[in-house]
Amino acid sequence: MTDHDEGADNVSAPSRVPGQLTRREQWLRRRRRRSATVALASTALTFGIVIAVVTSSSGWPKVKSLFFDPARFKDDFPELLGYLWVDVKLFLQCAPLIVIWGMVIALCRNTRNPVLFPLRVFAAVYTDFFRGVPVILTIYLIGFGIPKLKLIEGDFHFLGFGGAWNSPYLWGPIALVLAYSAYVAEVFRAGIESVHESQRAGARSLGLSQSQTLRHVVLPQAVRRVIPPLMNDFLSLQKDVALLSILGIVEVFRRATSIKDKTFNFTPLVAAAVIFLVLTIPETRLVDWYTNRQRKRTGGTVIS
Amino acid sequence: MKRQILVLATAGAVLFAACGSDSTSSPAETTAAAADTTTAAGGDAKSCADGKTLEAGSLTIATGDPAFPPYVVDDKPESGQGFESALALAVAKELGFEGDTVKWVRTSFDTAVAGDDKTFDFNLQQFTINADRQKVVSFSDPYYTANQALIGYTDGPAASVKSIADLKKLKLGAAAGTTSLSYINDVIQPEAEAFTFNSNADAATALDNKQIDAIISDLPTAIFWANAGAEFGGIDNTKVFGQFPLGDQGGDQWGLLFTKDNPLVECANIALATLASSGDLEKLTTEWMSNYTEAPTLPES
Repeated sequence: MTDHDEGADNVSAPSRVPGQLTRREQWLRRRRRRSATVALASTALTFGIVIAVVTSSSGWPKVKSLFFDPARFKDDFPELLGYLWVDVKLFLQCAPLIVIWGMVIALCRNTRNPVLFPLRVFAAVYTDFFRGVPVILTIYLIGFGIPKLKLIEGDFHFLGFGGAWNSPYLWGPIALVLAYSAYVAEVFRAGIESVHESQRAGARSLGLSQSQTLRHVVLPQAVRRVIPPLMNDFLSLQKDVALLSILGIVEVFRRATSIKDKTFNFTPLVAAAVIFLVLTIPETRLVDWYTNRQRKRTGGTVIS
Repeated sequence: MKRQILVLATAGAVLFAACGSDSTSSPAETTAAAADTTTAAGGDAKSCADGKTLEAGSLTIATGDPAFPPYVVDDKPESGQGFESALALAVAKELGFEGDTVKWVRTSFDTAVAGDDKTFDFNLQQFTINADRQKVVSFSDPYYTANQALIGYTDGPAASVKSIADLKKLKLGAAAGTTSLSYINDVIQPEAEAFTFNSNADAATALDNKQIDAIISDLPTAIFWANAGAEFGGIDNTKVFGQFPLGDQGGDQWGLLFTKDNPLVECANIALATLASSGDLEKLTTEWMSNYTEAPTLPES
């Protein structure tokens, strides 16, 4: 903008007075303000109509006192916030294991050596099974079923983790890892298959072995490509951690239902929803930021 | 520019209207409350209930799904076998309903709780009366007062519990929706967070798996679990190690649950009072619950 103006300065009467805007700039500014005003007004109108319709409904006073009781919210929100760490901790325990196990399954699925055919069958059956069974059922069956076998009793200690062998804090996360790694494996597989065959051919012609090609050429490209969809899966995992509550684990959602059961008031559930939003919205923005950064790097269009 | 101002002004007006409607919208509630007080003078339960039921000529009673002993035997509430089943039928009879005019429906805890559910006249599944709940639903006068109890496996850590204070060290569990859970959190305050299960059945599974050391539940349920074999819905190798009266009224008071300000509450209270004065309530309670009250009392410390 400035470069262009300076060029114009030399030729004819200066259109730019220091400290004053050009007519074009004034016009642009008016246009910006105008669109901002319209956006604001239409947003206000839309929300206004929604609020008016909801609040004028005959059931609203009841819904308001049952779901949006400010006094209850003030009491329950801090208490529920205290349980957020349980959700975050379970998530942090599951996520790395899901990445590792999902990658193992994806690699099994992509083996090309005929000797390893059984591995391919295993991976296919595994993903079919765990993607086909509802996550909540997997958690129920593994979390209550395996401890019922009473294979091992007593405690275990491993890398700073520890507890009873039959603990829901052990089998719940294991169930989540099994279920989610099936999805993640498919994402990895999609990434691996998206790397063009010419890349493999090129790498092989340079003398890289099959496994070297995979490690140094295919996987780096594949993983980078699937990070946005992977993050999507992990957002979903962050919320599904609440499903572990069926094994008795008390986290935000379970605590909220307990308060609801005691008081017959649903406000704590709304508070729990707010807490999950507070947790996941920054994560969503992080995914968006990462996706945009990647687009910029690879020369794609940035959508903001 | 003028048009924009107009748009903003209408949006603003709509917003104001929306906020304003909050404070002016309670006529429905006040009329319901007024209707409630007019019935208080009524004489017998039968004439009181006339025309106040969900469907004219029949009474719809709701219970849990599944309903379990000793409250309902064999999950057949219509049989009159089991404490709550027998009690509900006795109340129904006082209200003038018998045989085919009494209908049973099943509700989950949550649908009963929503308070607006018009699928039953009253609901009974060991609902404890408390002030918070009374803001959302209405309860009859209490028909039973239950203590809390500790149930654990026979050779487990619960066996050495001598007082409520000893409970702090156990891995405790309770079913969601029970008042036992609030007692764990408010009174016992265990060192490890107590486990909360979707249902009594899940809590029983976890105890059987030894994933928890003990369950806190109401006393009759605990005794039933310990005494009935696993094939009848009990838990093998468990024992009730103690009971403790908790709560403001010296125990959990159970009431029939009604939608908020249901005029039928008065009639049910008259029916319960009649049953109490005739001795029928005591007879019912003795018949079904006397096997479910024996356990040592745990002192506080």
